[in-house]
Amino acid sequence: MLTKKQLFTRGMLDISPHMLSVIPFGIICGAIGVELGFHPYLVYAMSFIIFGGASQIVFLQLLSGGASSLVAVASVGIINSRHLLYGAVLSEYLEKLSFIKKLLISYVVVDQGFAESNKFFKKNRTEEFLHYHLIGTGCTMWVCWQIATLSGIVLGSFVPEELGLKFAIPLTFIAIVVQDLKKLDHVIVMITCGLSSLLFFDAPFKSYIIISPIIALFVAALLLRLKK
Amino acid sequence: MTLTAIIFAGILTYLTRMTMIALISRDMLGDKIKAVLEYVPSAVFPAIIFPGIFINDFGTFIEMNDPKIFGALVAVIVGYFSKNIIATISAGLVSYWFLIFVVFN
Repeated sequence: MLTKKQLFTRGMLDISPHMLSVIPFGIICGAIGVELGFHPYLVYAMSFIIFGGASQIVFLQLLSGGASSLVAVASVGIINSRHLLYGAVLSEYLEKLSFIKKLLISYVVVDQGFAESNKFFKKNRTEEFLHYHLIGTGCTMWVCWQIATLSGIVLGSFVPEELGLKFAIPLTFIAIVVQDLKKLDHVIVMITCGLSSLLFFDAPFKSYIIISPIIALFVAALLLRLKK
Repeated sequence: MTLTAIIFAGILTYLTRMTMIALISRDMLGDKIKAVLEYVPSAVFPAIIFPGIFINDFGTFIEMNDPKIFGALVAVIVGYFSKNIIATISAGLVSYWFLIFVVFN
């Protein structure tokens, strides 16, 4: 049995390699916000209130492009709706927690944290305080994200655009799924999702980000049926 | 005005995180659904990966000789064999930079 502290530390360690891409991306997010002409306090407030990487950039870009607040808010909601899927997966491991703890822990559920904690949960189902791993990944992400976006706000136009640091984001997610390329069913599901995301990229409100996972999960259900 | 919109966007985002964790209990998800949910990482992350590689800042498709495709391929190969996140990300970035700063310059 691992202690709460050990699990928390393990979570921190498991997510920390992703900071290599999260920190540059956070700096870019902060810098773009200021460059688009938004007040630094507002740009930072998003990191605290929304705490959702790409959705923060999309929100500011839409508003500065003249879109209504309603469209911007709806887009953030749709981009982040993928968390519903993460929650459905995690709920199995978190069901013993009290309602209040569930409400608190939800705030720190992020893509990379979900991915790394889910991998850990699958291997260590019997641990009693599993959720401390999720708190570890989530809090690490939160602290780094706040520092990174704040730095971006301060640095502003000093952030070199030609480095193309945004490219670190797809790379971080490649690192998460790459080992599943060994399994043919997962490869099919990934390709379905990837191609759908390109096909539906122009769908309104950035909805490709939830449409393609739904299509891919349907394909996964079909594959499971064929396997039997 | 913008702050109000940010708060609404924040509430909405929090709801997407909280709903399934706090309001769903194990019995509500059958075994079949749980089996499908095993595929969530493979079904979600390519929707971030593919557009991040194949679509540029202006929302259009990149050329087939774009350095990002090469960088992503290097990252996949290094990641597959090294099983190391830092190696995967750095290999992708460095090979991408090599192309844009050295080869295409």
